[in-house]
Amino acid sequence: MSRNLILGAGLSSLVVLAALLSFVWTPYDYAALNIPAKLQTPNGQHWFGTDHFGRDMFSMIMVGARTSIAVALLAVGIGMSLGVPLGLTAAARKGSWLDELIMRGNDLVFAFPSLVIAILITAVFGAGAVNAIIAIGIFNIPVFARITRGAALSLWEREFILAARVAGKGAARISAEHILPNVANLLIVQGTIQFSLGILAEAGLSYVGLGAQPPTPSWGRMLADAQTMVSFAPHLALIPGLAIILTVLGLNLMGDGLRDWLDPRLRVART
Amino acid sequence: MKRFVKQGFVSGLALSAALIAGAAWAKDDITIAMQLEPPHLDPTSAAAQAIDSVVYVNIFEGLTRFMGDGSIVPALAESWEISEDGTVYTFKLHEGVTFHDGSAMDAEDVKFSLDRARAEDSANAQKALFAGIDSVDVVDPLTVKVTLTEPNGNFLFNMAWGDAVIVAPESIETIKTAPVGTGPYTFGEWVQGDKIVLNRNTGYWGDQPALAQATFKFISDPTAAFAAMMAEDVDVFTGFPAPENLPQFEADPRFQVLVGSTEGETILSTNNKQAPFDNVKVRQAMAHAIDRQAIIDGAMFGYGTPIGTHFAPHNPAYVDLTGNSAYDPDKAKALLAEAGLPDGFETTLHLPPPSYARRGGEIIAAQLAEVGIKAEIINVEWAQWLETVFKGKNFGLTIVSHTEPMDIGIYARPEYYFQYDNPAFQELMTTLNSTTDPDKRTELMQQAQRIISEDYVNGYLFQLAALSVAKAGVQGLWANAPTAATDLSAISWSE
Repeated sequence: MSRNLILGAGLSSLVVLAALLSFVWTPYDYAALNIPAKLQTPNGQHWFGTDHFGRDMFSMIMVGARTSIAVALLAVGIGMSLGVPLGLTAAARKGSWLDELIMRGNDLVFAFPSLVIAILITAVFGAGAVNAIIAIGIFNIPVFARITRGAALSLWEREFILAARVAGKGAARISAEHILPNVANLLIVQGTIQFSLGILAEAGLSYVGLGAQPPTPSWGRMLADAQTMVSFAPHLALIPGLAIILTVLGLNLMGDGLRDWLDPRLRVART
Repeated sequence: MKRFVKQGFVSGLALSAALIAGAAWAKDDITIAMQLEPPHLDPTSAAAQAIDSVVYVNIFEGLTRFMGDGSIVPALAESWEISEDGTVYTFKLHEGVTFHDGSAMDAEDVKFSLDRARAEDSANAQKALFAGIDSVDVVDPLTVKVTLTEPNGNFLFNMAWGDAVIVAPESIETIKTAPVGTGPYTFGEWVQGDKIVLNRNTGYWGDQPALAQATFKFISDPTAAFAAMMAEDVDVFTGFPAPENLPQFEADPRFQVLVGSTEGETILSTNNKQAPFDNVKVRQAMAHAIDRQAIIDGAMFGYGTPIGTHFAPHNPAYVDLTGNSAYDPDKAKALLAEAGLPDGFETTLHLPPPSYARRGGEIIAAQLAEVGIKAEIINVEWAQWLETVFKGKNFGLTIVSHTEPMDIGIYARPEYYFQYDNPAFQELMTTLNSTTDPDKRTELMQQAQRIISEDYVNGYLFQLAALSVAKAGVQGLWANAPTAATDLSAISWSE
């Protein structure tokens, strides 16, 4: 295992642990206002200080991690569960009208700047975490469809697939039993990267007020709230900013490390 | 030699300082920033405060006008006589007043303006101001007679509003984009989304103002507002949107901070027709669940005066009724139980963009949650707010600042968006409008304040503070905002 993978997995699991822990314990109630104690810099009682309402920043970051992870995870889930079957079908029916339809549909979605469409979706259907998930999820579909199709196409040329066909297996069964397991590691790597992009997208949407609505904490909105206070309370912006950076960095390192570790060609080279 | 060089350097410094001072002295233009851009420039056909902030007493003038201290003084009307029974006002107009297009302003224009404002199809946002006018008659070119259906103690005050300014009949077509008025400034240019430029009117009938040119710049983002002021890109920011940044300006000798009062009663507007808000016990419970000081400190960083009714605290007739709705969560819970809602209820809280609403709303939602009321926060833009809340009346709770002066009369309008329908109050307002005796008026106004306070019509939060930041050399700015206005004639640069 590479150093990247260890570092990335460490950072990511730290964030996931914080999010999981927040279900059972946070140092303070994340929604409890305490105006007289507002704008404290990090100290013994409030490890990350307090915000402009006197809420405990550490608790908010923990619960914010939960929001970010939930949105990104579900969005990746949508992308995978729809994109992978689409990609497998397109590969199995290579060159057919179905393949064309799926791939041109992908191009169509790809052609739009994702964040702009996400803003459109949330503006039309209302701001909120659920709509953010759907908006980000839609843009994950073509990513997974394309990567699945690309990898599956080369697999379809291989002898073991030919053997399966000779044995009388149908395209759907071959896709599920032979193709999917062989593209799984690619999907895991891509999933990790899409996950980090999802966290960024969620932060971006809630920064413009279209993500999770108050009082649910979200890193992006914490940044937006802190904007006018940067000059006298920089920790309000630094802390959620660092949380986003470290999470995205961790996930990207992990994705990178996973690719090195899982890639069959590199694996051959190692052994 | 060294000493000589040093001296030369020092005197050079002094010289350049003198030059800079000279330049400052010669400065006769100003850039004033504000948050909202006007939708158009006709103050007589829209409620948008941003219009008045640019044009009132700069481009357009009325018969009377507001001064910075809230007093009403003659403007285009030089003097007036009021008939014995208080129903006939005879205005004597200033001589030699011309519109910016060169045409003379006379009694015909006054008649045209008032008739236009009170017409059936008028788009005036404050038609109630003109409701009592029975007829407007031209006596001679400089005399106009206004007959009221009944005495109205507020009439001269009403005529001072931006909605009652005198306009030229021939300029109505283009008034929204190229306004023509009688004021000390003429319309220069409007770069949409950026700025409006006004120039000194050299043919002005009154005293020539000190500033030759004024530029209004529109900066909606609070962060950009702070940056523009700090970088000295603008000279003045009226209605500064980020109260949290004011201590920094106060500590900086380059700037001055003006904190004054506005007519903005910031309230938790409640849909009085919607269950469970139709029950006064529920409204009272909410009033006791709210901690005003926490909202003022948390949302406005301490700027604002607590109010217990819909009335400006700087008004002499104001009664402090904050005690009626003192912060007492236990009492709130007891009242909810009495109303048959011991577990609270769910509702919506629509929040328009200003920070008093967005931040105040988060605090109020948390305070209401303490007593079991779950208010779902819905952030909306102004257009959406006007559509859903103000016109559609499709809301539970909302936070908004009512910035019109002396607007307690809105509680006498059952169709107004919070839908308070109390015949006793409506009758009181009718009596108030026809009363001219000052002592009697004060008494009636205090009675009105008590009724709405004890009926807990809305959650009364605080009086919005007028927050302005200006460069240290700017003088004559209005600290208070008795009406939306930027009185350019009063502004000058100190030496």
